[in-house]
Amino acid sequence: MVLRPTVRMHLRSRPIWPTAHSTSHMKAHVMADIVVEQGRAVRTASKRKRTSLRNAMGRKSTVAFFLTLPLILLIALLVLYPAVYSVHLATLNKSMQRFVGFGNFTFLFNRDTFWMVVKQSCIFAVTAVFFKALMGFIVAHFVHNIPAKGQRKWRGMLLVPWVIPPAMSTLAWLWLFDPSYSAFNYTLSFFGIGPINWLGDTSWARFSVILVNVWYGAPFFMIMYLAALKSVPDQLYEAAAIDGANWWQKIWFITLPMMRNIIAITTLFSLIVTFANFDIVRILTSGGPLDRTHLFATWAFKVGIEGSDIPLGASVSLFMVPILAIAAIFILRDVNKRGNEA
Amino acid sequence: MSTLAIDKAGPSRKVKLGSMSRDRTWALRWSYFFLVLFAIFSLTPPLYMLITSLKSSAEISAATNPWWVFHPTLSNYVELLTSHQFLRFFWNSALVSIVVVTITMLISVPAAFALARMKFWGSATLATGVFLTYLIPDSLLFIPLFKMLAMVQDLTGITLLNRWYVLVFVYPTLTVPFCTWIMIGYFASIPKELDEAAIIDGASWLQTLTRIFIPVAFPGLIAATIFAFTVSWAQFLYPLVFTTSVDQLVLPVGITTTLIKGDVFNWGQIMTGALLGAAPPLIIYAFLMDYYVAGLTAGATKG
Repeated sequence: MVLRPTVRMHLRSRPIWPTAHSTSHMKAHVMADIVVEQGRAVRTASKRKRTSLRNAMGRKSTVAFFLTLPLILLIALLVLYPAVYSVHLATLNKSMQRFVGFGNFTFLFNRDTFWMVVKQSCIFAVTAVFFKALMGFIVAHFVHNIPAKGQRKWRGMLLVPWVIPPAMSTLAWLWLFDPSYSAFNYTLSFFGIGPINWLGDTSWARFSVILVNVWYGAPFFMIMYLAALKSVPDQLYEAAAIDGANWWQKIWFITLPMMRNIIAITTLFSLIVTFANFDIVRILTSGGPLDRTHLFATWAFKVGIEGSDIPLGASVSLFMVPILAIAAIFILRDVNKRGNEA
Repeated sequence: MSTLAIDKAGPSRKVKLGSMSRDRTWALRWSYFFLVLFAIFSLTPPLYMLITSLKSSAEISAATNPWWVFHPTLSNYVELLTSHQFLRFFWNSALVSIVVVTITMLISVPAAFALARMKFWGSATLATGVFLTYLIPDSLLFIPLFKMLAMVQDLTGITLLNRWYVLVFVYPTLTVPFCTWIMIGYFASIPKELDEAAIIDGASWLQTLTRIFIPVAFPGLIAATIFAFTVSWAQFLYPLVFTTSVDQLVLPVGITTTLIKGDVFNWGQIMTGALLGAAPPLIIYAFLMDYYVAGLTAGATKG
């Protein structure tokens, strides 16, 4: 895992005992080293009279246990337990008194709205992530292109959408899309276009929701790609320029392969976040018109909290798990790879 | 001979340089052109917030040019900043965020130290677990958490739902994993010799953490703090589910639910509220941009 480099360092940096020592002596030393751990060995050896309790308190594993205990408790009680509990909830009936097995799931499978939500979530996540990644890549290149002293300023401006809380910025978009006072329609009317019913028409509503998500998420990609671009050695581009490569070949044969890992991690991470998105759709359309923009999260909220059918809501949100799990596995693999490269 | 050779090579090299710099100038112009386009795209919503917030309701409903303020007024700001309700939202948000940041740091810094430096049984698994927890979205857990809190409330008699302090318990699930994760990265990058020296000098593990690791990894600490603050400030789903009374709401939920009265949208006030709500993260970002960016990229590049 990621800790591996550290751990290796840890092992390597153990005191190396003189080779003159006999093997049994050395073994004893190494054993002592493992039991009381480096550094501490000196102290425990000099103060043998300590009580066993204090010994235990001072031992590394005990200290480590207490340092990580709050983290373990938090994850166990407020993440793992609810996750398991939601599986249990999904098998209950609406009043949560009777076990219905897969009843909620079969009920969902027979509803058109559910399949619509599945389709919409996938379209939303894939399209939004694709355009976020594309825009982020392009913008990162342009920022990377300009002289270094101006880059900070541009980066600062372009990252603003990511900094504003999405609930707040989505309100601005809602106002920009307003049916009667839309500033976009006002501007477009000069070009003879419109008025567009941004949030009332099914296709436009889907487009608007994706647009806002791309607006919000593209800066994250830009920052990640910019950091990755900076780490590509200049010599590679110089060598390519000498070989007569054009800009497209430089991107295709140098930039993309060098950034492959960071692109994969960022995209998968964004896929998870986008797939589970709630704020934007909730504020812009609340799933409308006619449930045509609902995602898993917003529909689960509507069914589970607003419709107070908690088991059904839990079942809906559980359908996010497979795609999240697949993305998580791939992220973990890529992060591991990074750890090994380092 | 050699000088002659250089003279010969001179002009041709100059021509090449000239063409390259001409290409470069054009590339630069195109870069700036597109950057301006993207900047307009990025900054339109926040600027539009500002424009609308300076308009009176009369001017908004008159449907004049929406991109310009003809009669700027601060009445929306005055109204909101003297409104007891809005200040209450702001106060709730600030309180929740500050408490959550404190809890997050108290949990994640020691844990990250233990995971980065003290190898113990299961530490590698725990580190992976922390990372996986970070990938679990809020929209997966809000329903079971809601039911769980209701159950705890029934069992203990302590009112949890519809109280601002319930958010203090649930927000750390969003902040702690990421903060622990980036702190592991920062701690792991500290040279081993530093803490070895401290331990040889007789420092305990806790002293090593407070005297060596926290000061050395201070930039990472700031980045993690900023992350925890922005996440708690921006969180929308949990407060929407767990709190309903007007006096318990935090800013994002308060603005979206109370300023929209029925079908009447008071857009001037909504935009002012949204802008004021976006101000704390924006101010932090303006002053600590490098830490903000470091925290953002550390998640995937560190560790």
